[in-house]
Amino acid sequence: MSERYELAVVGGGPAGLSAALMASKFGVKTVLVDENRKLGGQLVKQTHKFFGSYEHMAGVRGIAIGRKLSEEVMNDPNITVMLSTTAIGYYEDGTLALYQREPEEKLIDIKPQTVIFATGARENMLAFPGNDLPGVYGAGAVQTLMNVYGVLPGERVLMIGSGNIGLIVTYQLLQAGSSVEAIVEILPRIGGYIVHASKVRRYGVPILTRHTIIEAIGDEKVEGAVIAQVDERFRPIPGTERELDVDVICLAVGLAPIINLTWQAGVEIAYIPELGGHVPWHDEDMRTNVPNVFVAGDLAGIEEATTAMIEGELAALSAVEFLGKASPSELVAKREDAHSRLEDLRLTVFSEKVKAGIEKLKNWRANLTERAGKLPPKG
Amino acid sequence: MKRIEDHPVLDFDRGEKVVFYFEGRPIEGYTNETIAAALHAAGIKVLGYSARKHRPRGFFCAIGKCSSCLMVVDGRPNVRTCMEFVRPGIHVRRQHGLESIVQEESDE
Ligand SMILES: Cc1cc2nc3c(=O)[nH]c(=O)nc-3n(C[C@H](O)[C@H](O)[C@H](O)COP(=O)(O)OP(=O)(O)OC[C@H]3O[C@@H](n4cnc5c(N)ncnc54)[C@H](O)[C@@H]3O)c2cc1C
Ligand code: FES
Repeated sequence: MSERYELAVVGGGPAGLSAALMASKFGVKTVLVDENRKLGGQLVKQTHKFFGSYEHMAGVRGIAIGRKLSEEVMNDPNITVMLSTTAIGYYEDGTLALYQREPEEKLIDIKPQTVIFATGARENMLAFPGNDLPGVYGAGAVQTLMNVYGVLPGERVLMIGSGNIGLIVTYQLLQAGSSVEAIVEILPRIGGYIVHASKVRRYGVPILTRHTIIEAIGDEKVEGAVIAQVDERFRPIPGTERELDVDVICLAVGLAPIINLTWQAGVEIAYIPELGGHVPWHDEDMRTNVPNVFVAGDLAGIEEATTAMIEGELAALSAVEFLGKASPSELVAKREDAHSRLEDLRLTVFSEKVKAGIEKLKNWRANLTERAGKLPPKG
Repeated sequence: MKRIEDHPVLDFDRGEKVVFYFEGRPIEGYTNETIAAALHAAGIKVLGYSARKHRPRGFFCAIGKCSSCLMVVDGRPNVRTCMEFVRPGIHVRRQHGLESIVQEESDE
C-alpha cells in the first residue's frame, strides 16, 4: 500500500474532474484514476458545440471543455492523476485495487478514506439477427474510432436511433467523410433537438421514423442491413422491408450506467428505466447508503455533461463533509448554489424523464424499506 | 478502411509510425492508436471467434467495457485491444473462444 489518500475519484470525465476540483478547494488530498491515456471521458470525442446552458458553456465544443478541466486538474497540487489505470475492485476493508497498464504494468492497492465513483455509461445493445457481427458498433465506439484515433469507421453507415447522440454522431460521420444512408427511428417522431435533425437533413440524410432494423446481413462482417416500417405496436409491417448497402450499423439506442464497482462496494442498486436502468441508489447530495461512497455523472443516471459536472461538485461536497473538512455554513452555501444551477438546467422538456426518474429513486428506497421491513446500511 | 486525413475540426496526433504483426503479417500502425483501431484502419474487422458458436467478433464499445475485442497479444489471451496501444513488433492474433493462459505460455 502506498500513500493514504483522503479521496479517490474513479473516472476522469466531466463528473470526476469537477469532483476532484471541488474537493481540492477544501484541501482534500485526492487521487483521480482513469483508464485512458487522457482525461476528459466522453468530452474528448465531442467535436460539436455544446447544447445545455451551463454558465457560458453552451456553444463551446465538448473537447474544449474537457481540455480546460483536465488542465486545471493536472496543475492542481492537491490532485494526483493516475492515467492508463483501471479500478478493478473495491473491497470490504476499503481497499481500491488498481491495474496500471502504462508506463509499466502493475497492480496497486490504495485505501482511500472516501471514494467518488464517476465511471460513466456504456452503450445499449439491440436485439436483431446478426447484431453480433463485426461492423455493428455502438455510437460511442464510432465516435472513439473517428474522433480520437482518426480512423474512418466505415464507408456507408446505417444509424439506429434519432436521439441527440444518433443525430450528432451522424453529423460527425459526415464530417469525417463517411456516408450515412439513413437514420431509423422506431418512434413516430425524432428524439433529439430539431437543430441537430435539420443539420443532417440538409446533407440529404433521410430520417425514417416508425422504422426499425430487421437484420444485419453478412457472414464474417456487416455487408448490409434490412430495415422495415413498423405499425402502432412497433411490429414490422410485412412487405415494407428494404435492404440497404452498408458496412457499419451504428447503435444509438441509449446508454446504461457502469455500476459494477458501486455494486461491489455494497451500494444498493435500483432499477429506474428513466435513468438508464440499474443505477446506484443515491440522495440529492450524491451520497449512497455506504457512508464513505459517493456517485456522480452518467453513473448516477444518464443525463448530460453539464449536469454531470454539478453532480461531481455535490459528490465532492458530501465527501468533504464526511471528512470533516468544511464548516456547515460553507457547505450549505455551496450546495444551495449547485442545486439551483441543477434546477435551471433541468427546466427543459428533455429533463422531464430524468426528473421523473429522480423522483422514483427517492421513493425507491422508502418502498423497499417498507417491503423488506428494514434495510440495513451496507459497507 | 482508412485513416481520416482532412478533418474540419480535429488534428490527430497519431504518434510514431511502427510495424507490428497480425497473424504473422506485418501491419503499419501508430503508437497513439489502439490495436483495434490500427487493425480497423488496415481493413481488419474480425478480431476473434466466439467460444461456442465460433461466430466472428469485432469491437463494439471501444471503451473497454464489453469484451468483444479480446485478442491474443504476445502470447497473452484476453487482451482488450480497444484499450491496448500499438507497440512496435508486438504479435497479435485472433482469439478463439476462451484460450488458456498456461497453454499459451508453454506454446511460446
Ligand atoms: C455523442 C454524444 C453527444 C453528447 N453531447 C452533449 C452535449 O452537447 N451537452 C451535454 O451536456 N452532454 C452531452 N453528452 C453527454 C455527456 O457526454 C455525458 O453525459 C458526460 O460525458 C457524462 O460524464 P461522466 O463524467 O459521468 O462520464 P464519462 O464522460 O463517460 O467519463 C467516465 C470516465 O470514467 C472512466 N472509467 C470508467 N470505468 C473506470 C474504471 N473502472 N477505472 C478507471 N476509469 C474508469 C472512463 O474511461 C471515462 O473516462 C453527449 C454524449 C454523447 C455520447
Ligand atoms: S470493444 Fe468493448 S471491450 Fe473492447
